[in-house]
Amino acid sequence: MLLSVKRIHENMHASTSLSENYVQLKGSLVPMTVMELFQFDSAKIESSLAQIISQAPGFFEGAPIIIALEKVADEDIVIDFAKLLESCAALRIKPVAVRGGTLIQQLAAKKSGLAVVPSNKGRQDPKTVPIEPFANESATQEAPATKPVLEEVSSPQESPDIAPKAEPEQMEESPQEAEMVTTKIIYQPVRSGQQVYARGGDLIILAAVSPGAEILADGNIHVYGPLRGRALAGVRGNTEARIFCQSLEAELVSIAGQYKISEDLQKSGWKSSSQVCLIDDKLTITPLSK
Amino acid sequence: MAKIIVVTSGKGGVGKTTTSASIATGLAKRGKKTVVIDFDVGLRNLDLIMNCERRVVYDFVNVINGEATLTQALIKDKHVDNLYILAASQTRDKDALTKEGVEGILNKLAETYDFIICDSPAGIEHGAQMALHFADEAIVVTNPEVSSVRDSDRILGILQSKSRRAELGMDPVGEHLLLTRYNPERVLKGEMLAVEDVKEILAIKLLGVIPDSQSVLNASNQGVPVILDENSDAGQAYSDAVDRLLGEDKEHRFLDIQKKGFFKRMFGG
Ligand SMILES: Nc1ncnc2c1ncn2[C@@H]1O[C@H](COP(=O)(O)OP(=O)(O)OP(=O)(O)O)[C@@H](O)[C@H]1O
Ligand SMILES: [Mg+2]
Repeated sequence: MLLSVKRIHENMHASTSLSENYVQLKGSLVPMTVMELFQFDSAKIESSLAQIISQAPGFFEGAPIIIALEKVADEDIVIDFAKLLESCAALRIKPVAVRGGTLIQQLAAKKSGLAVVPSNKGRQDPKTVPIEPFANESATQEAPATKPVLEEVSSPQESPDIAPKAEPEQMEESPQEAEMVTTKIIYQPVRSGQQVYARGGDLIILAAVSPGAEILADGNIHVYGPLRGRALAGVRGNTEARIFCQSLEAELVSIAGQYKISEDLQKSGWKSSSQVCLIDDKLTITPLSK
Repeated sequence: MAKIIVVTSGKGGVGKTTTSASIATGLAKRGKKTVVIDFDVGLRNLDLIMNCERRVVYDFVNVINGEATLTQALIKDKHVDNLYILAASQTRDKDALTKEGVEGILNKLAETYDFIICDSPAGIEHGAQMALHFADEAIVVTNPEVSSVRDSDRILGILQSKSRRAELGMDPVGEHLLLTRYNPERVLKGEMLAVEDVKEILAIKLLGVIPDSQSVLNASNQGVPVILDENSDAGQAYSDAVDRLLGEDKEHRFLDIQKKGFFKRMFGG
């Protein structure tokens, strides 16, 4: 049985080698946190990063991060990526790539083991700057100094090698598989120091969420009791996610990475039943009772 | 069947040892065979409050290490019948308490005793986790201030997730709130949280409110658990708490400001 399945596979990809049984490259969209750099000063960056992360400890832990360079004010600035990576490691976040920036900055990033992903806006093509001295310094000769900088692994759709007949299988592989949407229901209070995460769905809490507790969901969060801890909805980037609670007394609320802390929350909807959502990319609190 | 009760708090100095001594004494006075164990390895002060520090030969850790038998280590209380004390070691470090060792001793004690009271050290580390791990019920000692309430909340979370009952998916550990060092005057001035506030935040059953009282200090200096000072407000409040623990329905007292004369008498002013 197993053998025959394999055969079919081999037939469908006659052009590819046996390697497909061990490894496969697929195109995929993964939401990721982007860290936008405005200026470079490693000490200042580390301290402000630490501050941001302390707002939601645990949330960013081990998270892959893209360092965006589009907004760096001074284009000629030298970014010490080794230093930057050290700071990130100390804070337990993991930069995997840079986006945007000048050729020199991108080369420096590559030397530190970072990938380069295409910029989605702004400086589409990096400014051409003299790169010779840098290329000479480079330890690896094959540093693509003169080649186009962005060498992306093309996604299957764009690859001309793939025959149209492969299409049905591509459908199967596409990330549109009907995912089971699960809802997690918690009946007991979530206490200080506890963390509850509803992966891939909504989270419903039928009790209080204490200060020092953290509740997270990929989908929406409902709290039928006072919300006094931290609540983060849409943690994998779902900007449609919302938080509903009976009494908003939270230390922090966040939707898809945009957050407000208690100090700001006290200005609107404090201790009343509220809804938290993103409107025009802005975290907004609205009363539930009309 | 023996009931294992942990007296715990997270925060230090809130009155766990005072409470352990009084609750254990109160249960014994009501005819329950009771043993109280000091889990505060390295500090040891339960024996001071119970005035048996000069009679400690072997301690809890000696028994765990097989250097003494339980019978050799249990100290009979001088004030009431039915009460025994298992002292903590002053010389060992906290890691001497192993889960297996503690379990072995508790199982042995459960054969003879009705109640096993575990006086937990402060914090949420190993010692505190050992003290609460085998508990059937927990008395969460809390002072009416924000930091103490926060730590109690934390301990309640640990009881829910790290206790043996939680790990085995049994009925959860019974939770009792004991508010100690309560001062109605300071509550009125807004310097302390009110009973209702604490109840609302922690959302567990209230076992009792023990007033902040000079009588506690007097009793501890004399080495007599305050529950035996039957004329004192704190002693009476502890007595009520023991009755509630045994299922009696008693109204809460000492929640409001007492008459001036009463206070004068209390503080000898
Ligand atoms: N109701 C009370 N009124 C006044 N003083 C009290 C009261 N309860 C406890 N105290 C005092 O508070 C101090 C700490 O009490 P105790 O040793 O019982 O706390 P603990 O929680 O066991 O401390 P630790 O965390 O160090 O073990 C002692 O001096 C005790 O006499
Ligand atoms: Mg103590």
